[in-house]
Amino acid sequence: MQTIDMASTELREANSTLQAQKADTNQKAWEIVNPKGSHAIACGLDGPIEVTVRGSTGYYCAGMNKQAHIHIVGSAGPGVAENMMSGTVVIDGDASQYAGATGHGGLLVIKGNASSRCGISMKGIDIVVHGNIGHMSAFMAQSGNLVVLGDAGDALGDSLYEARLFVRGTVKSLGADCIEKEMRPEHLGILKDLLERADADAKPEEFKRYGSARKLYNFDVDNASAY
Amino acid sequence: MNKMTKDVSGIPHTVPQKPATFTDPVNAEIRRAAATGIYDIRGGGAKRKVPHFDDLLFLGASISRYPLEGYREKCETKVVLGTRFAKKPIELDIPITIAGMSFGSLSGPAKEALGRGASAAGTSTTTGDGGMTEEERGHSDKLIYQYLPSRYGMNPDDLRRCDAIEVVVGQGAKPGGGGMLLGQKISDRVAEMRNLPKGIDQRSACRHPDWTGPDDLEIKILELREITNWEKPIYIKVGGARPYFDTTLAVKAGADVVVLDGMQGGTAATQDVFIEHVGQPTLACIRPAVQALQDLGMHREVQLVVSGGIRTGADVAKALALGADAVSIGTAALIALGDNDPRWEAEYNELGTTAGAYDDWHEGRDPAGITTQDPELMARFDSIAGGRRLSNYLKVMTLEAQTIARACGKNHVHNLEPEDLCALTVEASAMSGVPLAGTNWVPGRDESY
Ligand SMILES: Cc1cc2nc3c(=O)[nH]c(=O)nc-3n(C[C@H](O)[C@H](O)[C@H](O)COP(=O)(O)O)c2cc1C
Repeated sequence: MQTIDMASTELREANSTLQAQKADTNQKAWEIVNPKGSHAIACGLDGPIEVTVRGSTGYYCAGMNKQAHIHIVGSAGPGVAENMMSGTVVIDGDASQYAGATGHGGLLVIKGNASSRCGISMKGIDIVVHGNIGHMSAFMAQSGNLVVLGDAGDALGDSLYEARLFVRGTVKSLGADCIEKEMRPEHLGILKDLLERADADAKPEEFKRYGSARKLYNFDVDNASAY
Repeated sequence: MNKMTKDVSGIPHTVPQKPATFTDPVNAEIRRAAATGIYDIRGGGAKRKVPHFDDLLFLGASISRYPLEGYREKCETKVVLGTRFAKKPIELDIPITIAGMSFGSLSGPAKEALGRGASAAGTSTTTGDGGMTEEERGHSDKLIYQYLPSRYGMNPDDLRRCDAIEVVVGQGAKPGGGGMLLGQKISDRVAEMRNLPKGIDQRSACRHPDWTGPDDLEIKILELREITNWEKPIYIKVGGARPYFDTTLAVKAGADVVVLDGMQGGTAATQDVFIEHVGQPTLACIRPAVQALQDLGMHREVQLVVSGGIRTGADVAKALALGADAVSIGTAALIALGDNDPRWEAEYNELGTTAGAYDDWHEGRDPAGITTQDPELMARFDSIAGGRRLSNYLKVMTLEAQTIARACGKNHVHNLEPEDLCALTVEASAMSGVPLAGTNWVPGRDESY
């Protein structure tokens, strides 16, 4: 295990060391200590390495991640795993706003709660939140799956495209064009797999599925009040 | 008696007169809105007349200033953008760049032609709301990658293979608005790149999904720099809304370059009401932005790129004289490629319009094959010939700007200054801060800048 101490290492040096680990690296296990809420820790990684961050992070930790497995033993600031392409990011604590925003792939697991705009504009990422999520989550979400074991705040899935939303608890309100949808066997299969991979103790049958009513896909004057 | 019928009484009568307020176009729009229930969407920039570079003139050399000799004394045009923080600033041969225009709004071959033309003229092109295509990366020596609210196609690999990153906060045609691409243009390829269902009317967000305000933006820029090894210049593009404050905040957030797009700036598709009624004219934006840079001691340190209605070398020279480091063109580049060319007049007529007025780019039926995803129409456009026309045009504009700069006695286009200018109208004088011709008066100010 290689250790990077943020108390004595510049951010640039820490990130360039981690970014230099490519497919063939033999230094696969890394640990970051004393993150102290620094921003942009472990962003832009592109190798099959495991990074454990011991403490809480600032904005954009694990941003644009590819391949790496990043484990935050603490809570994460805004935009954790934003635009993730692949790999996994696991947060033991809570996540602030915009967790997993615009993510294209990979798995983001938040063991605590996520704040507002979780999964905003998601484009293929899978997100599993063990706790609750805040308002405007999955706004304009394009594709991928958002699984919430707790409750969802206001305006869930507003202006949603093709992302699938699964919520076990209550939904305070649905956003424009987001509706509850039938849970078909294929959805139970997706959920089962995600719950397992996210180490979540819940059964697929306990969830409701939400998705796009697709009424705003092409303009219709009768829907003008939704604009 | 009807006034139009022949008057036999011999009594003089009034001539039928249409109101200045309810003009034919206004009434036609009321009827169109009443019939369809949707606002008018179109491409292009503001069509209304606003004070512009045409309202400024250069003074030229005289006894107090002597000119440079046409063919013998050099007038440099090189520009370096991104000198503040980036390890690899962008070096351009000419002070004119190609503005961001999305693949999706433009065809792949049109993007390729922009790359060819710009590279041949020694300048850069810019991606747009829809991601980076091989056509443009392959043919652009210097490619600026836009970072937009939609983040369509955004990925770290393209971020690393671009030459600079442009964080788009706003656009002159629609400061405060998001992108639009209607169903007709969401082809399979466009849909896949944007991760959207085919054929939908796509609305892009107007705010970035993961930051709000300049404090967040500063951290966002830190992240982008960390991902790209602090190599790439970071531009921040703003629409011409509050140029003094927007420029100040962009610099505060860590921009290497500020791109300022005035209200005449083109768009691929936006509500007409937005294009015509929101934002300030380009002319009015430049001096406040330059003033902001000067107040921060950052003029020339953070470069200013101005766009919105740039057409000629005179426009380029005037923008530079007011303090810009470079300009950027969208609409003019499309016209150089062949957009709105009278050779397609018969087809424009079929679409209910005429060459020069065609702006339904969002419908994807462009006879010139530029603003379309229709394979048959696209095939009409020759990207090699188009690229050559663009490079010719860029070179002509540069020569024109040099001609003016020499006449003002400058050995670099950047040495042009407000003192080289006068304004033809009171409005242009007030907006540009240069004195009204024949006076030393700048309305609204005790002294000129
Ligand atoms: C067809 C077209 C597509 C455009 N797409 C984008 C875009 O994707 N992102 C952006 O920031 N600006 C876009 N713009 C605006 C240009 O980048 C630029 O601001 C504007 O064209 C400059 O004004 P001009 O057209 O008068 O030269 C687009 C403009 C046009 C004409």
